[in-house]
Amino acid sequence: MSAQNPFADGTREIERKRLIGRVFVAVCLASTLVGIVALVALLADVLSESWGWVTWEFLTYPPSQVIENFLPDGRGAGIYPALVGSIFLIALTAVFTVFLGVGAAVYLEEYAADSRLSSFIEANIANLAGVPSIVYGLLGLAIFVRAAQLGSSLIAGALTLTLLILPIVIVSTQESLRAVPDSQRRAAYGVGATQWQVIRDVVLPRALPGIMTGTILSLSRAIGETAPILMVGAATSLFVAPDGLTSPFSAMPMMIFEWASLPEPEFQHVAAAGIVVLLTILLLMNAVAILIRNRYDPRS
Amino acid sequence: MSQADTTTAITTGGPGGIDDRKNAAIRYVFFSCAFVTVLTTLGIILVLVQGSLEFFQHVSIVEYLTGTEWSPVIRPHSYGVLPLIWGTLVVTVGSALVAIPVGTATAIYLSEYASPRFRKIVKPTLEILAGIPTIVYGFFALSFITPLLQQLFPRTGTFNAVAGALVVGIMIIPMVSSLSEDAMSAVPDDLRNAAYGLGATKFEVSTGVVVPASLSGVIASYILALSRAIGETMAVTLAVGMHPQISFDPLEPMQTMTAYMVQIGISDVSIGSIGYQSLFAVGLTLFAMTLSMNLISLWIKSRYREEYQ
Repeated sequence: MSAQNPFADGTREIERKRLIGRVFVAVCLASTLVGIVALVALLADVLSESWGWVTWEFLTYPPSQVIENFLPDGRGAGIYPALVGSIFLIALTAVFTVFLGVGAAVYLEEYAADSRLSSFIEANIANLAGVPSIVYGLLGLAIFVRAAQLGSSLIAGALTLTLLILPIVIVSTQESLRAVPDSQRRAAYGVGATQWQVIRDVVLPRALPGIMTGTILSLSRAIGETAPILMVGAATSLFVAPDGLTSPFSAMPMMIFEWASLPEPEFQHVAAAGIVVLLTILLLMNAVAILIRNRYDPRS
Repeated sequence: MSQADTTTAITTGGPGGIDDRKNAAIRYVFFSCAFVTVLTTLGIILVLVQGSLEFFQHVSIVEYLTGTEWSPVIRPHSYGVLPLIWGTLVVTVGSALVAIPVGTATAIYLSEYASPRFRKIVKPTLEILAGIPTIVYGFFALSFITPLLQQLFPRTGTFNAVAGALVVGIMIIPMVSSLSEDAMSAVPDDLRNAAYGLGATKFEVSTGVVVPASLSGVIASYILALSRAIGETMAVTLAVGMHPQISFDPLEPMQTMTAYMVQIGISDVSIGSIGYQSLFAVGLTLFAMTLSMNLISLWIKSRYREEYQ
């Protein structure tokens, strides 16, 4: 570049801009990788800590306060009551959420006119989705455990988790209902169906895959929640699996919390083993949801 | 819906028919389901306010809001909530320092630079971070982040605010990146093309056009993410510890509002004691903080939603 070149300054300017552009992209790409690296580090940490600790005995034995029982030549100890407790808890929560969530979404999408009341309910649902989960725990403690005198029982835990995930289930169900084309409703009305018949025979079957996907994803969030069931009184020293709606219960996240808080370093491995079991179940639930979505989604 | 009404009238042969009454009953059942959500909100407010009123019969509100010592269960008693709010603030601000720059840059990359294929893989991968139970982040902080910090800064305690802020920051990255990316992708290409037509570089378009144009959605995502950080419980309970204090050293243990609630939740304080009632006062404080942030975020979003449609 000679001094006579009238574009010399411009060239330098362009070079500078190119450099800024390249640095900026590099920074943005690096940031994108931060999240992914963190995810990989987290999974690698959990897997390496749990290596050799997820055994058949870990899945089928009650917990123990003595670390030797968890070791290979010990008496055997594990997560069984909490594993069964979590499965019961989620099954019960699923029953309540499907009924309440689908019912509420059907009302808002199919019945409610654009009234003040329905927009108030919608705004209220949006707000509930942002309430911290531990506050739901306090609600469950005061309403289900104390006022309704259910005690620290499986059903009190399930009802609390139901209220917690209800807003998400309602919103995802509403989206599935909205995706059913209006022409199908009109066709059904045209042959003389009542509104209930249209909903039952036309709208709900069409929306079912979407509803199931959303519900399973919400339930997979509920199964990992610790704070609400902790407030309701989930136990950490339960040696038998729950056998009824009103029996005391434990759940996997609660056991993981207990183990992770213990000072002995061996319990870190036990906690990691519990996390592996919890994440495996979460992964399975997510896989089922994705499978349903890919299989039935008309858009894919 | 008016169409549905007319059809119903035709098939049932006028009001009062059997079908009509059945439809009304079904409608009522569905309405009750929706009304459960309103009852939930009312229940939360009633439970928190009632418990707090009992608490404030024994403790003055002024002492609660201005006191700098928090010890409702262990003697000597003191009921100043500021140490808990301080712990919550340190973790929230710390996590914002992680999640806001990283999340925003991620959103810019995904929206403006990444190939559709890259975005299709990376966005859901990042969202896995939001789906991991928070207790797992607590474990990650204890078993990975804190030992790492202890190698860098030997005086780091087993429980410290930095580890909590880091994991909560990682946890809320996808909230910032996903919601911001949605807002940036919604900026119409006309705006980008106009800027390119004026000779702007891609960097100038990204930072000078796309980010300002999507600012309301981006800021709404920040506030939502911070609200989530304030209410986050298990990760901070495990990582930050249970030591309420106003300390300017983030490598020391502290206690957040949520961690205090956990502490009372797993202890066996008797019902009706001040310790038990304090649970509801702290819960109300937490609820008020997150509710106002959620409302601000919703307001920002609805206020500017239709700007580019």
